[in-house]
Amino acid sequence: MAATLRNVTTYDLKLAAPLAAGFVVFFVTPLVILLALSFQTDPQGGHFGLTQYVNFLGDSFSLGVLGSTLWLGVKVTALTLLLGYPVAWLHQRSPGWAKGVIMLLVLLPLLTSVVVRTFAWVVILGRQGIVNASLLGLGLIDTPLKLLYTEGGVVMALAQVQMPLMVLPLITALSRIDPNLADASSVLGAGHWRTFRKVILPLSLPGIIAGCLLTYAAAITAFITQSLIGGGQMLFMPMYIYQQASTLQNWPFAAAISVIFLVAVLVVVSIFNVLGRLSRGYTNA
Amino acid sequence: MGNRRFDFDALSFRIVMTGVALLALLLLAAPTVVVIWVSFTSGYSLKFPPPGYSLRWYVELWNAWQLQFALMNSLKVAAWATGLSILLGVAASLGIARSASLTARVLDSLFLSPLVLPALAFGLSSLMFFSLVGVPVSPLTLIIGHTVVSVPFVVRNTVASLAQMNPTLLEASASLGATRWFTFRRITLPLIRPGIMAGGFIAFMASFDNVPVSLFLRDAATDMLPIRMWQDLEGKLDVTVAALSGVLIVATIALMMVMERVAGLSKRLT
Repeated sequence: MAATLRNVTTYDLKLAAPLAAGFVVFFVTPLVILLALSFQTDPQGGHFGLTQYVNFLGDSFSLGVLGSTLWLGVKVTALTLLLGYPVAWLHQRSPGWAKGVIMLLVLLPLLTSVVVRTFAWVVILGRQGIVNASLLGLGLIDTPLKLLYTEGGVVMALAQVQMPLMVLPLITALSRIDPNLADASSVLGAGHWRTFRKVILPLSLPGIIAGCLLTYAAAITAFITQSLIGGGQMLFMPMYIYQQASTLQNWPFAAAISVIFLVAVLVVVSIFNVLGRLSRGYTNA
Repeated sequence: MGNRRFDFDALSFRIVMTGVALLALLLLAAPTVVVIWVSFTSGYSLKFPPPGYSLRWYVELWNAWQLQFALMNSLKVAAWATGLSILLGVAASLGIARSASLTARVLDSLFLSPLVLPALAFGLSSLMFFSLVGVPVSPLTLIIGHTVVSVPFVVRNTVASLAQMNPTLLEASASLGATRWFTFRRITLPLIRPGIMAGGFIAFMASFDNVPVSLFLRDAATDMLPIRMWQDLEGKLDVTVAALSGVLIVATIALMMVMERVAGLSKRLT
């Protein structure tokens, strides 16, 4: 009897077969081809070897691009966490209507086209943009500042574009914390800062890690924002791959850069996943 | 004395947290507000503040056939990718949700992996794949690529809805003599429909907005809206793009409101 009841509550795994087949053909196979192609020694084909990887790892320019991309992700993630945590905190303690407003403000950038969001930053940071116009109007500067095509501009724009990815997991994490714990902490004499540092912050660690993972992965792969705000002088990994593949038609090298970038992303994702598991064990203990 | 210090502690904490939160919310809202604001300019540039206000750039949109053509392509591809994502993704979710088998866990990770992998690397590898098997890029290859990057959103939301469903409902239905198909249509589907809709909506937006995959998998005749806008912006700051952005923002807000009503969108994203 138990067996038949089990039968009605689960579905046949075969239902996943069409999508699984599609993924094997159109997702896994292309990635395998990418890997295979990255071992080709020259674009005309023929020999296989580690030439492309040696070229990348022995070239300070290429390593610089990889380094600045990974470092850009760290800066964006840190800024997003710093700005996003208070938003989740405010959402948690707001009345219903304000929760709705905060949620709308957080979700809107997530669902608005990335090109539109990035375009807005071009308007804000440009020579005749809102920041320069305000500063000139206030008499704080005499000539427009260069904000567009700077790394600070890229970090700022990416932080805004990716902030929802940080705030949403934080809202989830904060809503799971028993409010009695904060009360208990203050009854026992801890001030607000201390309660925050010793109780709220550690308990929201799973949300922080989930948010950091999503923000970091999105920031380093954000092709459009990086190229429009960064301009021609700043090169990050996605654009580097695109240039090699499209403009220079150097597929083996583009494949090798892609593999290196994929591995870098996967390493970061794994680190965050391990941290996430550790933090969940910690908060459940 | 201790009391005063306690007040200062509470006050400073609230001021700092609320202050930063408001700053962040201002930052979140600023780009949307600024784009809509400058889209009503009467001038030829995106100078801020605008020299005067008019609807001229919105009128200009009627004649911007290149943008309209790209918009239609993007809508068509997004519609196809969303349809395929829902069809394949919901079936797959039914198969893997509620199953503890290793195959199901592996498939779950596989179906969600396009979310973390750099889409540009996937786009490039797809192009290599299609050229290797001798299939020229076309709207079909574009739809296949978009489906791969959109389907995770459907799977994630549908699996979550299925996990929340109370299995006793299915047992009750079966014990009352309903067939599996009848139970699916009358019990399971109505319960997971909001999840499917939310997932489908996000999948649609992800496809509509996708650049990295489209860059590699479209043919020369298929201009996609985000790529068109991006290239317009690389060249010059076009005010028509601002008006189009205004239209897209309003459409997004309207769709979000509808999805919040029918599918509880914000609850599914947290």
